[in-house]
Amino acid sequence: MSGIIGKKIGMTSIFNDDGKNIPCTVIEAGPCVVTQVKTKDVDGYDAIQLAYDDKKDKHTGKALKGHFAKARVSPKKILREFTRFEAGHQKKYGDVLTVDIFEEGEFIDVVGYSKGKGFQGVVKRHGFKGVNDATHGQHNRLRAPGSIGASSSPSRVFKGMRMGGRMGGNRVKLINLQVIKVIPEKNLLLIKGAVPGPNGSYVIVERWS
Amino acid sequence: MSKNELMKFVEDQVEIKTFPDFKAGDTVTVTYKIIEGAKERLQNFQGVVLQRVGSGPTETFTVRKISSGIGVERIFPLASPFIDAIKVNKKGVVRRARIFYLRKLTGKKARIKEKRV
Repeated sequence: MSGIIGKKIGMTSIFNDDGKNIPCTVIEAGPCVVTQVKTKDVDGYDAIQLAYDDKKDKHTGKALKGHFAKARVSPKKILREFTRFEAGHQKKYGDVLTVDIFEEGEFIDVVGYSKGKGFQGVVKRHGFKGVNDATHGQHNRLRAPGSIGASSSPSRVFKGMRMGGRMGGNRVKLINLQVIKVIPEKNLLLIKGAVPGPNGSYVIVERWS
Repeated sequence: MSKNELMKFVEDQVEIKTFPDFKAGDTVTVTYKIIEGAKERLQNFQGVVLQRVGSGPTETFTVRKISSGIGVERIFPLASPFIDAIKVNKKGVVRRARIFYLRKLTGKKARIKEKRV
């Protein structure tokens, strides 16, 4: 596995060589630096830690400053660990990963946090149909969940019953998205289709091979 | 909201042909490339522009015509490589940017006053 941290910029569409209109998400990916290399002997498992997006020195605590000093890099906003990173990789502290680890046309996975939707009912949150009818004696039950269980036995509602509640804001991974274009001079990736989260949110682009 | 600099960079890379100015209410002829197997031919679609939506490479416009008594609307992406040419036949005088009211009108009422140049 290999990957990189990025930021969702927005969506647009481009035309491919066949003249097809392709919806794309623009992601500013990297450059990321290696801030820690974990090994089986020392930490019990193999992983590398990548950092992305500069932040000011004065916004960095002393402990983190020491962590970044070890890799000889400026303070970063986002730190993420990648386990099972390219078996036998030769990455060292302070190494830089850029967007050119990806190729046009290959399939990658994108991890992000979906947009928060607030408190939503069962129709939006779980895809219930509602009562489907505004007539036949129905009154203000158009988006109601219906029965949530039997009566005296079991005289309780089962755990996990799908009801209204907070929706969105979850970690979502989309797999097998195609890379349409790589623009190394601006650290940009164009990915076919949508990606979870609002514009400006952090995403992880990874490849399993 | 101003567009992100990087977003602009990506959108600037999409080539858009230069077409004559047109807006809702104008009568245009769109020459469209159609690929059938190995063959390529051109087809004209003449009608009234109902609206222009979006900007940059995602801009589209809707053209409406009456074909054998039935209203037909077609949405073209402005940046589409299949658009060969757009010819403005008539400049119309309309008061709004989206003239969907035209769908409900027939006969003499569906006429649009021509702009005097």
